[in-house]
Amino acid sequence: MLKSKDDLLNLYKQTREALEREKMRILICAGTGCVANGSLEVYEELQDLVKKYNLPVKIHLVEEVGHEPYAVNISGCHGFCQMGPLVRVEPGGVFYHHVKKDDVQEIVEKHILNNQLVERLLYTHPVTGQTVATQDEIPFYQKQTRVALEHCGRINPDDLNDYIAHGGYQAIARTLFNMTPEKVIKEVLESGLRGRGGGGFPTGRKWQFAASAQGPKKYIICNGDEGDPGAFMDRSVMEGDPHRVLEGMMIAGFAIGADEGYVYVRAEYPLAVKRLKRAVAEAEKAGLLGDNILNSGFSFKVNIKEGAGAFVCGEETALIASIEGERGMPRPRPPFPANKGLWGCPTIINNVETLANLPSIILKGGKWFRGFGTECSPGTKTFALAGQVAHTGLVEIPMGMSLREIVFEIGGGLRENKKFKAVQIGGPSGGCLTKDHLDLSLDYDELRKAGAMIGSGGLVVMGEDTCMVEVAKFFMGFVQNESCGKCVPCREGTKRMLEILTAITEGRAGEEDLLLLEELALAVQDGSLCGLGKTAPNPVLTTLKYFRDEYMAHIRDKKCPAGVCKALLDYHIDQDKCKGCGLCAKVCPAEAITGNKKEPHVIEVEKCLKCGTCMEKCKFNAIYTA
Amino acid sequence: MQQRKFQRLQNIIDSHEGKVSHLIAILQEVQEEYRYLPEEVLTYIATAMGIPPATVYGVATFYAQFSMIPKGKYVIKICDGTACHVRGAEPINFALRKELKLTGDEQTTKDLQFTVETVSCLGACGLAPVVTINENEVHGQMTPEGVLEVLRKFQKTE
Ligand SMILES: Cc1cc2nc3c(=O)[nH]c(=O)nc-3n(C[C@H](O)[C@H](O)[C@H](O)COP(=O)(O)O)c2cc1C
Ligand code: SF4
Ligand code: SF4
Ligand code: SF4
Ligand code: FES
Ligand code: FES
Repeated sequence: MLKSKDDLLNLYKQTREALEREKMRILICAGTGCVANGSLEVYEELQDLVKKYNLPVKIHLVEEVGHEPYAVNISGCHGFCQMGPLVRVEPGGVFYHHVKKDDVQEIVEKHILNNQLVERLLYTHPVTGQTVATQDEIPFYQKQTRVALEHCGRINPDDLNDYIAHGGYQAIARTLFNMTPEKVIKEVLESGLRGRGGGGFPTGRKWQFAASAQGPKKYIICNGDEGDPGAFMDRSVMEGDPHRVLEGMMIAGFAIGADEGYVYVRAEYPLAVKRLKRAVAEAEKAGLLGDNILNSGFSFKVNIKEGAGAFVCGEETALIASIEGERGMPRPRPPFPANKGLWGCPTIINNVETLANLPSIILKGGKWFRGFGTECSPGTKTFALAGQVAHTGLVEIPMGMSLREIVFEIGGGLRENKKFKAVQIGGPSGGCLTKDHLDLSLDYDELRKAGAMIGSGGLVVMGEDTCMVEVAKFFMGFVQNESCGKCVPCREGTKRMLEILTAITEGRAGEEDLLLLEELALAVQDGSLCGLGKTAPNPVLTTLKYFRDEYMAHIRDKKCPAGVCKALLDYHIDQDKCKGCGLCAKVCPAEAITGNKKEPHVIEVEKCLKCGTCMEKCKFNAIYTA
Repeated sequence: MQQRKFQRLQNIIDSHEGKVSHLIAILQEVQEEYRYLPEEVLTYIATAMGIPPATVYGVATFYAQFSMIPKGKYVIKICDGTACHVRGAEPINFALRKELKLTGDEQTTKDLQFTVETVSCLGACGLAPVVTINENEVHGQMTPEGVLEVLRKFQKTE
């Protein structure tokens, strides 16, 4: 139990020394992606083998303060999930990817015992063919700057001592003993930090409202709902560095005078819930949460609340209703939660990433943070890079970087040499941008000017074979499904918009429908109560603006140029390319393919369900759509 | 049996001290117990907590996590979020539904073995397309054939 600032400092020294005594530290990623690919097996195998070889290894940092020179640890997500399971060896940051259980023996014998690299598990640059040993030499990592993700992938999220050894909870100690609430808010204002949950509202300003609000009690809520399809940065922070989120909440709590906080995590993130619960329990046990923390007079308690699957619950007022046990429906603002929030008390809701930036801002200063990014959008931002890009994963970059740098340098361009067509940025509230926007700087204002939004930072790359009308329909389907139904423009308007988009993709729409679609989009924008409805038309409006040709092709020519919309295309077999192997006929669920062995086959258009199975199966690329 | 069932329910409610603000958490725990929320269970919760049944139904129907109809022993979720969608979630869904002979809006096989749902984003988009089985098993970079292989593994253990 830590009872003072000195206790914390002593623990830091002790854990730091233990850390520095480590001759080698092996980190196995235990984020969701790597676990899915079997990283826990790798971890267990490694533990077994080091025992077998009788290596002096410690698993936890401080519980074993002896002089064991090796540490075997799990870590949170390193960001490069697609290459998982990942193993990182310190010092030096040697990076092994796609590590399987069977590779462990070689890692132990070569790397641990003989300090030789296991070449075949190192990263090879797909273009230059050069093999590199360390993480820092991989293009995916080279252009990144990590603040919120500083520790993700480097520390064990299940070990409080590891966080402390890396300087954890020093920011709250400084806050409690060397700063006043006003000073904290001033620092955050100076940093220029804007909310990372989508809206981009200046965090310091929001806190000022809550700090001056009157109430018997105040609350801090950490918004870990992350409902945007295509986004997973908050998940990675909660799973990979949960104490940092708690520390951020405490700093916010001190600034506004709150003594209790909630983390609202979406139901689909069981691992995040588990890690957060453990972090809370450990912090309580250590005296870093609870009453009179470090004897500073400041008390703070944290509750973990699991969501139950409703996108709209990410909206502040809906989220509050959900914590109160009700249906998560938004209500009109004002009153703003900063004045009247959870159970009527002044409440600050901040996004996970917003909070994760705070410890660094406190320790290094607002000015330091402002040194990254652009004038109006300071700092760094995490993005979830996904879709048809070669390197998918989680990245953190200074604001203001161009889309081109993210997609082509960090992301390595499109997979399978596809041609770049668009990025969808900001999820259902955001929009689609084109190759003409590739040099646009990624910041709140530039994107808004282009009709898109940073949103929470989902960045889905789309290649030439994506149909933008279909994408617009996809998002409309999502928001229509997730509309809480409280206001008519949102409930009925999105439904009608979806109907029209469906009609377009099925070749049943006329040009007048396009006008109606635009009109509806504006009505939904204007007439909706909450952000869901207000931003729902964005994907439609941006695709209409930038990909109007594609809409026209569907409407006028009844064609889907990308070859996606099923109603508008038929499957055919190229008689010259077909070798008559018969595989397609075997897999066709509709028995629509006929032909004799070794002779070209044909598809009976009337029978075909347009499922595409045959096309995927044909090894000779003989099946095409038109 | 009925008695025991309600005892378990009552224990869950008691562990939350019957707080109305814990209704969602209570429903979550109850659903974990029964794998769905049978009507009589919802009525019982309303009575035991002293709140109108409409409130309980209102909450239970609002959130996607809750189901009023029984689900299969294995719940297979196919992610159809943006990243998975553009990387081919649909053919996976198609293949699975065909294999399990699910038609129309049907989600659960007649023998209550499998439920197939699509969800929007499981938060592992880097591995798109993603399929999960009973929450804890995550399969990334899925293909139609791959998903059938996974399915067979479960069919065999039956
Ligand atoms: C429909 C809807 C969904 C939202 N989902 C999220 C979410 O998942 N996570 C989040 O942090 N903010 C979400 N927001 C924004 C929040 O309401 C809120 O602005 C944010 O959490 C504030 O934190 P920040 O200032 O740190 O960004 C959503 C907003 C709307 C309208
Ligand atoms: S805009 Fe849509 S989601 Fe928001 S309150 Fe209205 S109906 Fe509900
Ligand atoms: S799979 Fe391809 S090559 Fe084989 S019969 Fe079908 S179309 Fe011809
Ligand atoms: S698209 Fe599907 S239904 Fe049509 S021929 Fe190919 S496999 Fe058969
Ligand atoms: S989960 Fe391992 S790198 Fe993301
Ligand atoms: S879009 Fe499928 S996991 Fe995120």
